[in-house]
Amino acid sequence: MALTSALPRTPRRIGWGQRLSRWDVKVSPYLYISPFFLLFAVFGIFPLLFNVVVALHDWHRRAGMGDFVGLDNFAWVLQQPLFWRSLENTISIFLLGGVPQLVLALIIAAILDQNLRARTFWRMSVLIPFVVMPVATSMIFGQVFGQFGILVPNLHALGLFTDSSSPFFQDRFLSHVAIGSMVVFRWTGYNALILLAAMQAVPRELYEAATVDGAGRARQFFSVTIPSIRPTLIFVILTMTIGGLEIFDEARLFDGGGTGGGQGGTDNQWTTVMLYLFNLGFGQWQDRLGQAAAVGWIFAFIILVISLLNFSLTRRISSTDAAPRRPRRRSRSASTAGQPGTPSVIAHEVADDAMEGAGR
Amino acid sequence: MNTALIENTAGRGAARYAARRAARGRPIASHAPSGRRPGLVTYGILALVFLLSVFPLYAAAMYGSSTTTEITRAVGNLPRWLPTVRLWENFGQVFASEQFSIWLAFGNSLLVAVAVSASVVFFSTLAGFSFAKLRFPGRQALYVAVLVTLIIPAQVGTIPLFVMMNDFGWIDSVLALIVPGLVGAFGVFWMTQYLQEALPYELIEAARVDGASMFRTFWSIAMPAARPAAATLALFTFIGSWNSFFWPSVVMRSQLTMPLVVPQLRGAFTSDTGLVMAGVFLVALPLLLVLVLAGRHLVAGVMAGAVKG
Repeated sequence: MALTSALPRTPRRIGWGQRLSRWDVKVSPYLYISPFFLLFAVFGIFPLLFNVVVALHDWHRRAGMGDFVGLDNFAWVLQQPLFWRSLENTISIFLLGGVPQLVLALIIAAILDQNLRARTFWRMSVLIPFVVMPVATSMIFGQVFGQFGILVPNLHALGLFTDSSSPFFQDRFLSHVAIGSMVVFRWTGYNALILLAAMQAVPRELYEAATVDGAGRARQFFSVTIPSIRPTLIFVILTMTIGGLEIFDEARLFDGGGTGGGQGGTDNQWTTVMLYLFNLGFGQWQDRLGQAAAVGWIFAFIILVISLLNFSLTRRISSTDAAPRRPRRRSRSASTAGQPGTPSVIAHEVADDAMEGAGR
Repeated sequence: MNTALIENTAGRGAARYAARRAARGRPIASHAPSGRRPGLVTYGILALVFLLSVFPLYAAAMYGSSTTTEITRAVGNLPRWLPTVRLWENFGQVFASEQFSIWLAFGNSLLVAVAVSASVVFFSTLAGFSFAKLRFPGRQALYVAVLVTLIIPAQVGTIPLFVMMNDFGWIDSVLALIVPGLVGAFGVFWMTQYLQEALPYELIEAARVDGASMFRTFWSIAMPAARPAAATLALFTFIGSWNSFFWPSVVMRSQLTMPLVVPQLRGAFTSDTGLVMAGVFLVALPLLLVLVLAGRHLVAGVMAGAVKG
């Protein structure tokens, strides 16, 4: 190791203490990273590999490992209309929750990026939804969107719906709107703060220059702010993608859950893929771990593809207007500083999501 | 001495500085575009956002203060505008329920969240210190391995992890919630990034010259330096663990955590919407308290995370 050569070489015999210290220097780094790698190998990597085994077998929750079935589980899943329906639901909810979330977060961030009084109070207040348990949000929204809630009777009064029951629990699209609104509720403020942090790092001279050039507020927002916060925008869109696709809590308890509920509606109007996976493996009558494991693989693959697609897409779109005169990035470009930018951006994302998702 | 042990400090950027300031609870100074104070419209919009943010909780409290008759009579509106003593009575009923023990759920959630946060913070700081400040063969490759694992969607491992927990006999035990959560790649990434800037090599060098062992150096030099980022990491891990619903519903049967109480409420008090909503409000309350107590830190943490993006 390089260390030995750096030490002054002395002909004297090395004492016990010194030898111990040298051993300390050599071994400590590995010792310090080993708890992470050991635990992660057992509870992170091993399940990943083990999932291949489960997905290739007939495997039931109570009976355990059964016969080797090859790719039958995958074929079975891909033939289930409910799997495709849940995938459609997931993507629809993701879009209905994601797009408004992004637009609103940008607007709120721009509003917060002013010389406000009680700045910290406003910033904290947008984080309230983030700390409210998603499960609680789901129950409350379920009540609000329900037959005796605040919304439906007023919509009835306006003559929009004639059915006496709540259309948000019947109509497929409207149920997605309702669940999407929970996603918007939970994540808008959080994302607004992330975007705000990026906006604050935009050099103020750029705005001054734009003002001199006669650009109005809206023009400044689109021509200065947006291009300047591009890396953070990518970051936010990626978090949103992964988090939005893994949606479970909100869908499970939208109609109250409880015993027998939580299937995603009478006609699986809002069954998401994660909910489908859960019901397949742990639902009341289903006990199909092998098939559920296959769903896990297929879905992870889909998420990865959509994320990468999203990543390259956002990169291209926002760089078209930023490319010619990308503003001096004063304190922005941490992603390009030390570690290779791209993996760390994506990594950051998924991590964030994993933290709140499975609690692992 | 030990110069080879110590890496060159390169690329000490303003971004890192900003992240560090933010993580310490001193967000980057906000310089408004033109310095002038915004008008009433701005505050009006912010107030609206605030009202929408608290509305669901407020609604839950209002429903929780009402009888089912009042709720069905007030369709299209909130049943009332101010909470009543009924909310307290309903809280009492939730505490007294025979179908579940909210104290047990609270205890379980607290135990899991504290254990997981403490462990994640300690091991992440330990590994982060090693990755950021110590030089050893294979360091780069191992760190890249940490980053790569961040990209793998978590749900792939759900089913096998359940099978493992089953084999260990940990189903329905808090061990199934704690042990798989003891470490996380995100924590290592976060602490490494932070310690790279926050911990000067001179300090480590000085400690080593004074004859401190590696661990002593870590304990007395790196740990205190890491405190701001560690607090943020702890806070986020705590919130993530506390609110977690998917994994606990997979491995828990009778012993409950706070999110698992919510569907139980529905099962226990089906006919009493007010009671269910009071329970939901009660369950959502603890983290609101966390936000009130540690809100500044939480805001700083969110914003610091962004600067790194």
